[in-house]
Amino acid sequence: MTDAISVTGLVKSFGPARALDGLNLSVRTGEVHGFLGPNGAGKSTTLRILLGLMRADSGQARLLGGDPWTETAELHRRLAYVPGDVTLWPGLSGGEVIDLLGRLRGGMNQTRKKDLIDRFALDPRKKGRTYSKGNRQKVALVAALASDAELLVLDEPTSGLDPLMEEVFREVVREEQRRDGRTVLLSSHILGEVESLCERVTIIREGRTVEAGSLAELRHLSRTSVQAELASPAAGLEDLPGVHDLRADGARVSFDVDAPALDDVLRHLTAAGVRSLVSRPPTLEELFLRHYDTTPVGALR
Amino acid sequence: MNTLTGTGMLLRLALRRDRWMIAVWTVFTSVVPLGFVSAFNATAPTAAARQDFVDTSVHNTAFIIAYGPLHGSTLGQLVTWRAGFIPVIVGLVALLLMIRHTRTEEEAGRLELVGATAVGRHAGLAAALISVLVGSAVVSALSALALVSAGLGAGGAVVFGLGLLLTGCAFAAAGAIFAQLTAGAGGARGIAIVVLGAAFLVRGIASVSQQSGGSLGWLAWLSPVAWAGEFRPYAGDRWWIAVPCLLATAALVALAVTLAGRRDLGSGMIQPRPGPAEAAAALRTPLALAWRLHRGALFSRLAGFAVVGYALGAVAESISHLLDNSGAAARDLLAGLGLRGSLLQQYVDGMMTLAAVVAAAYAIQAALRPRAEEVAGLAEPMLATPVQRLRWAWSHFLFALLGPTLGLAVFGAVLGLAHGINAGDVAGQVPAMLGAALVQLPAVWLFTGVAVALFGLLPRLAAWAFAALPLSLFLGWLGAELQLGEFVTGLSAFSHIPKLPAEPLSVLPLAVLTAMAAALIAAGSAGIRGRDLPIG
Ligand SMILES: Nc1ncnc2c1ncn2[C@@H]1O[C@H](COP(=O)(O)OP(=O)(O)OP(=O)(O)O)[C@@H](O)[C@H]1O
Ligand SMILES: [Mg+2]
Repeated sequence: MTDAISVTGLVKSFGPARALDGLNLSVRTGEVHGFLGPNGAGKSTTLRILLGLMRADSGQARLLGGDPWTETAELHRRLAYVPGDVTLWPGLSGGEVIDLLGRLRGGMNQTRKKDLIDRFALDPRKKGRTYSKGNRQKVALVAALASDAELLVLDEPTSGLDPLMEEVFREVVREEQRRDGRTVLLSSHILGEVESLCERVTIIREGRTVEAGSLAELRHLSRTSVQAELASPAAGLEDLPGVHDLRADGARVSFDVDAPALDDVLRHLTAAGVRSLVSRPPTLEELFLRHYDTTPVGALR
Repeated sequence: MNTLTGTGMLLRLALRRDRWMIAVWTVFTSVVPLGFVSAFNATAPTAAARQDFVDTSVHNTAFIIAYGPLHGSTLGQLVTWRAGFIPVIVGLVALLLMIRHTRTEEEAGRLELVGATAVGRHAGLAAALISVLVGSAVVSALSALALVSAGLGAGGAVVFGLGLLLTGCAFAAAGAIFAQLTAGAGGARGIAIVVLGAAFLVRGIASVSQQSGGSLGWLAWLSPVAWAGEFRPYAGDRWWIAVPCLLATAALVALAVTLAGRRDLGSGMIQPRPGPAEAAAALRTPLALAWRLHRGALFSRLAGFAVVGYALGAVAESISHLLDNSGAAARDLLAGLGLRGSLLQQYVDGMMTLAAVVAAAYAIQAALRPRAEEVAGLAEPMLATPVQRLRWAWSHFLFALLGPTLGLAVFGAVLGLAHGINAGDVAGQVPAMLGAALVQLPAVWLFTGVAVALFGLLPRLAAWAFAALPLSLFLGWLGAELQLGEFVTGLSAFSHIPKLPAEPLSVLPLAVLTAMAAALIAAGSAGIRGRDLPIG
């Protein structure tokens, strides 16, 4: 399978501030890829570079086999984009914006557009300024989803949508998935959305990729929490690689452990004599929260 | 919580954001009268020379329209009369600052953010009003100080300053009203500019009427631009004018507060109608979108140019007759002041330059439209389609080049028509005035170029393109008034425009200005191709 998007070592600075610092991202053709990271991690900046709106300082970015900065027009014919902050022209109605963006992209499927307007319960007659935030979002979503583009780039597409509309969005994206060759890159803060839609995810922090892979792999990669009551205090536990957040209270210990280190750690525990043991598999929530933690990347890894 | 809670905090915020604006505004407006003192001392040092100047000037309709009625020939009277365009500048800044702190904030959603904190309902409006009041008070105090420092009497100086202060207050209150009317800051600014233009015209009519013993002098009371002159600094010092002015201002503030109380946050008194569910077939290119976005401004500018062109053309004939009255001595004096040609020619020059300035302001505004789109987040969805950046930007620049062209053409043709009808020479006047108007275009395009270059190369500073216009005018004025020589005057784009129809059409300066405009536009376009977009 080829990659619809491949990014390696992307660097982008705004003045002294480094927004991207060697970011990697690869999205396979036909998959829904989740793009996660805390506020200010560089998600929108990455998407803008992929759209040729911004130019990277260094690093490689390829999109649909082309260079996003030099082959902008050709590539844009094949993709649709929902920006992170949707604003609309005050004097244009939502229906006009949808039609205009569709025509600029080279046409859109009219039946599909009508269907989407219905499903999102959107009033296309309102003028840009009079839409609520969620309804502005819907205008941008309909404009993008009604296109026949082979790649959808969505920057926090459900921000402002109510739960019902969020569900509609998920259904529509699942339909996209079923259609051949449609690739979706979805930046999001909503874990449920990512879990239910995405096959693979990339998590970034401070402009760097900290985790990438399928959700199953990530679960495997993440830590297990262990609570144990031992026969004698387990000396040297804190020195074992892969042990985190160790709390010892006499013979009672609790800690998190990386999956690859589990075997060694258990051996260490049994050497001290195990009276009771509770271990809990990691939830995705914990995985994300760990990466969203605001301590600097260096201290964490 | 009372409705004014938090005003102090918002006021500090507003003053902080405006500190440069207020600094430039107050220093500029208070230094200019000093320039006039030295100019008059240099060109008309004796009482007799000043009287000569007055005798000529009261017949120069363009002067009277631009500066107001002239009440005497002492130095103080001449200087404060010549400063008669300052109320327009004070009014413009007051209006724009008011709208910036009220409607712009509201449109950007920042007011909502502030409004959710412990801030009273009217605090935003109050803070904006007070900040403009503070600015006007500084203008007033500095101007008075400047006049006193030049050795003019303190009484007249204080009255002059008081007039400017009340002008600022009245326009701030008017701005507060306009900010309630539309849901967008652009619309509010449009209304404000039209009203300011109308106030200027009303003062012009009233002044000409007062000067010629007509019956329309009372119109001055309707125009805050005229109030400062009604105080008659150094010509009676009419302090009591402050009372009706303050009452009128208070009434305007009350109206603004009432309107603000009647509408919801984010909406205006004028509600937008729903639009079509589907786009018209023609709305399929960046240019078609640009047409939608620019046409309102274009039509209103064209209408304005036609109306003003007609009014100014209609009075031109009476000026050409004045020449006989003032005679040769007056003409010599004008020549001594660096003014060539007949009174009619000077009038046409003045009005054409005025039209060119208005056209240039329009050109800058239109050229900065893509920057506004960029900041509002509207460029991003456009540029994520196959539309190339330059095609998008140029669809706006086209309006910045052709809009002012059309505007000046309408202005010149209508002025020529109205004057031609009176003078019985339509066939001669229409092409002559059309030519005199269109010859201004290279200077106007230069400002398009400045705006495009800033947008492409220094987008965060793009709004400074507007500063290029008063700067250019100021240098032209300063250079002429202080006789600083060709170099300073030459920095003003408008000083290079041949004064048609009296002067011959010299192509070289026009070609140079056009080439400079083209170079700036090319540099800006290259910048647009190469830079990040959007830059916040
Ligand atoms: N035009 C710009 N000029 C200066 N700094 C910028 C610009 N755009 C982004 N940044 C900075 O780059 C960093 C990354 O921003 P970005 O918008 O990509 O984050 P994000 O991951 O999309 O965050 P969020 O989840 O809040 O949308 C931030 O620190 C931001 O302040
Ligand atoms: Mg973002």
